[in-house]
Amino acid sequence: MFGYYFQLGMRSLRRNPVLTGLMVIAIGFGVAASMITYSVFRVVSANPIPHKSSQLFTALIDNRGPQYNEKGEPPEALTYTDANALIRAHKAPRQTLFYQVALAVLPEGERSLPTKAIGYATNADFFGMFDVPFQYGTPWPAQMDERRAAVVVLSHELNQQLFGGANSVGRDIDLSGHTYRIVGVTGHWDPKPRYFDLFDGSAFDDPPQIYIPFNRADDLKIDTAGRNNCGGAPNTGVGSGREGWLHGECSWIPVWVQLDTPAQVAAYRSFLEGYAADLQRAGRFSWAPNVRLRNVTNWLSFEDVVPPESRIALIVALGFFVICLVNTIGLLLAKFMRRSAEIGVRRALGAPRREIYSQFLIEAGTVGAAGGVLGLLLTAVGVGGVGLLFAPDIARLAQVDLSLMLLTLLLAILATVVAALYPTWRAAKVQPAWQLKSN
Amino acid sequence: MQIKPILAALKRHKAGTVLIALQIALTLAIVCNALIIIRQRTEHLSRPTGMIETDLLTVANRWVGVDEKATPSLGKTDLEALRGMPGVVDATYANSYPLRGGGWSTSVNITPEKKKEMAHTTLYFSDDHALATMGLKLVGGRNFRPDEIDWVDPKAFDTTPVVIVSKALADKLYPDGSALGKVLYHSGATKPSTIIGIVERLQVPWTGTWAGNFAENAILIPRLLTGNFGSYLVRTQPGQLERLTKAAPALLFKTNRMRVIPDERGVRTFAQVREQAYKSDRGMAVLMGVVCAVLLAITAAGIVGLTSFWVGQRRKQIGVRRALGATRHDILSYFLTENLLIGAGGVIVGAVLAIGMNLWLVSHFEMERLSLLYVAAGVVALLLLGQGAVLAPAMKASRVPPVEATRSV
Repeated sequence: MFGYYFQLGMRSLRRNPVLTGLMVIAIGFGVAASMITYSVFRVVSANPIPHKSSQLFTALIDNRGPQYNEKGEPPEALTYTDANALIRAHKAPRQTLFYQVALAVLPEGERSLPTKAIGYATNADFFGMFDVPFQYGTPWPAQMDERRAAVVVLSHELNQQLFGGANSVGRDIDLSGHTYRIVGVTGHWDPKPRYFDLFDGSAFDDPPQIYIPFNRADDLKIDTAGRNNCGGAPNTGVGSGREGWLHGECSWIPVWVQLDTPAQVAAYRSFLEGYAADLQRAGRFSWAPNVRLRNVTNWLSFEDVVPPESRIALIVALGFFVICLVNTIGLLLAKFMRRSAEIGVRRALGAPRREIYSQFLIEAGTVGAAGGVLGLLLTAVGVGGVGLLFAPDIARLAQVDLSLMLLTLLLAILATVVAALYPTWRAAKVQPAWQLKSN
Repeated sequence: MQIKPILAALKRHKAGTVLIALQIALTLAIVCNALIIIRQRTEHLSRPTGMIETDLLTVANRWVGVDEKATPSLGKTDLEALRGMPGVVDATYANSYPLRGGGWSTSVNITPEKKKEMAHTTLYFSDDHALATMGLKLVGGRNFRPDEIDWVDPKAFDTTPVVIVSKALADKLYPDGSALGKVLYHSGATKPSTIIGIVERLQVPWTGTWAGNFAENAILIPRLLTGNFGSYLVRTQPGQLERLTKAAPALLFKTNRMRVIPDERGVRTFAQVREQAYKSDRGMAVLMGVVCAVLLAITAAGIVGLTSFWVGQRRKQIGVRRALGATRHDILSYFLTENLLIGAGGVIVGAVLAIGMNLWLVSHFEMERLSLLYVAAGVVALLLLGQGAVLAPAMKASRVPPVEATRSV
């Protein structure tokens, strides 16, 4: 019977073209609006590292005190002093620190102009902790951090640009006037949002292009290209210029640790508190330890990484979709009740209510499918149009893929069938006698 | 017009009545809130930066493989080259400029104690050519003198003896209008800075809501920052902007090729800066506008659809009424009144929903309160929309001939 009812549904689509057209358009627009906004929302609200999001923690220490901190929260990164102290303490199975560097790849061969390369100064643990894939070579070993070696890991994209994608491991490259040995090339790696570097506001930036050892960058006095948050607190740094700044209270280095068991987490938390308590005793802090250990999920929600535009647009689009459905309920009611006579005849000839239900729900499903197809077209147009409306870093997140297409169709059909429940119930309640009498 | 028979008839069409009313209610709620979003997003679009925005070019520059101490001499060479170009009126170097997105923000006070900040402000580090290049209007005091300009390491910057401030900041610090010649302390400053000039207006680099409460608080510092990153601003003669968009970076590369001027956002006319700065705001406003338009169209279509169905259902009754002496006008006004009643029910619920939704959005996002004026406008618009939508089916109903009463189907 499904095939037959489907055919009936198709025929009925053509019978009241205006009414049906209205429904299809309403569903199409509703589903498209929801899908376009959802296509952005699903990326910005995604968990970028689902299997490890409860094992990776960022460690934060309040070095401002109750008078200058923001609503009791420590700054979103550590000072040079504290970041290095935590790494040296080595209390977690793995720990990393980093800051953004903007270097320039010097001209060589056919390239006559330098090109910019943005990335991180970090340590060896970074790659393993954040699951960075490698196309060629490996991360540099931990000893190279100790030796403050001049090595570099390139991104897949930069390797493509500089070496045409060839295996460049072992070659030398000149970055801002200093030579580095290439030890590895990552695969394409672009977690969105870039959870570990929300401090710099880089959640949706282009993927990093280079990674160099933190200690090497420190030796070369490479300044941060990211954020530097000195707050309003008086700077207790000694000396002036770079040294004064380094040893002052400016926060600019995020630190992450990997803690695999609850016991490790508890141990690390008490270590952090102890560290802050020591500083209090030493007189650097005049307040009780105020530390945080936030895992990826917690950090993403604390930093409110989903842009408000995306949330509001999704809410409005869903409201819009609900209105389209209410509209569809009304129109389906009109469409079905017009056919009371037909229903009366079917019922009189012995069709049970169940049959009426399946006929009309399938018919509604057909309308929904037509709306879904229109919705798909509009979604495709809309996702293309997002680029015209939104900032490029957000706009390029919107993409139509197979799962989105299926979801669009499914949502349209399902929503229409749900919307059809009431009209169908009314249709099934039609009394055969009433309809037959008037004829 | 008698309302009672209409209400009696509506009781027999509860579902349809409720659906139309509900749709009107939801539409009102969404449209009102979308309008607030549009207003909030567009009110800043036309905010003036205080600069003369035509014939202004920005070039982002990053030195490559250069010692920080060498950047002042390189910068001076660049500025001389730019200022010497035909078609260039003036040029300057700065850490940031209005609408750029990133910059230096700090708190400011008129006493050295930092217990409480009086205002938040941005610091623009530039030279004595800044006023002429940016096209700022001096409303009091004087410009920097060349001998007051120097280069400073941003990490070692403390303060300068003289500053120029925007009028908004001057009025905030000295509400009696006596700012000129007085002093200010920005965060981290150990010595006072004397206000030697006041410009009419100068916007901060940020457009976000968070910068909204200090959007026009700016201090010009007569220092150029060393370090490898900064922006050149170039004021061109009329008609020369397009040529210089290519010629200026070409000249810079000719002067010294060890630099990076990004392909993306490296060289921008100020018109492009403005467009990119407000792109998300404009995008959001356009999106909300489209949503409103489509929503109203769909609601109107829904009303047309259901009313047409009712008219079809009631042809016989309409015929009877006509046969009993009702005029066409009576039938027309019957359907119009019926729609008005449903619409009134819908907008009452809708107004409550709109305010509720707005309160929720206010508590979760940086949204403005919904003014009752918007709700009132929305109510009128939806009632009119309903009347407009019902007009065609009602006209059709009024054309039903009295003879319909005698037909059995």
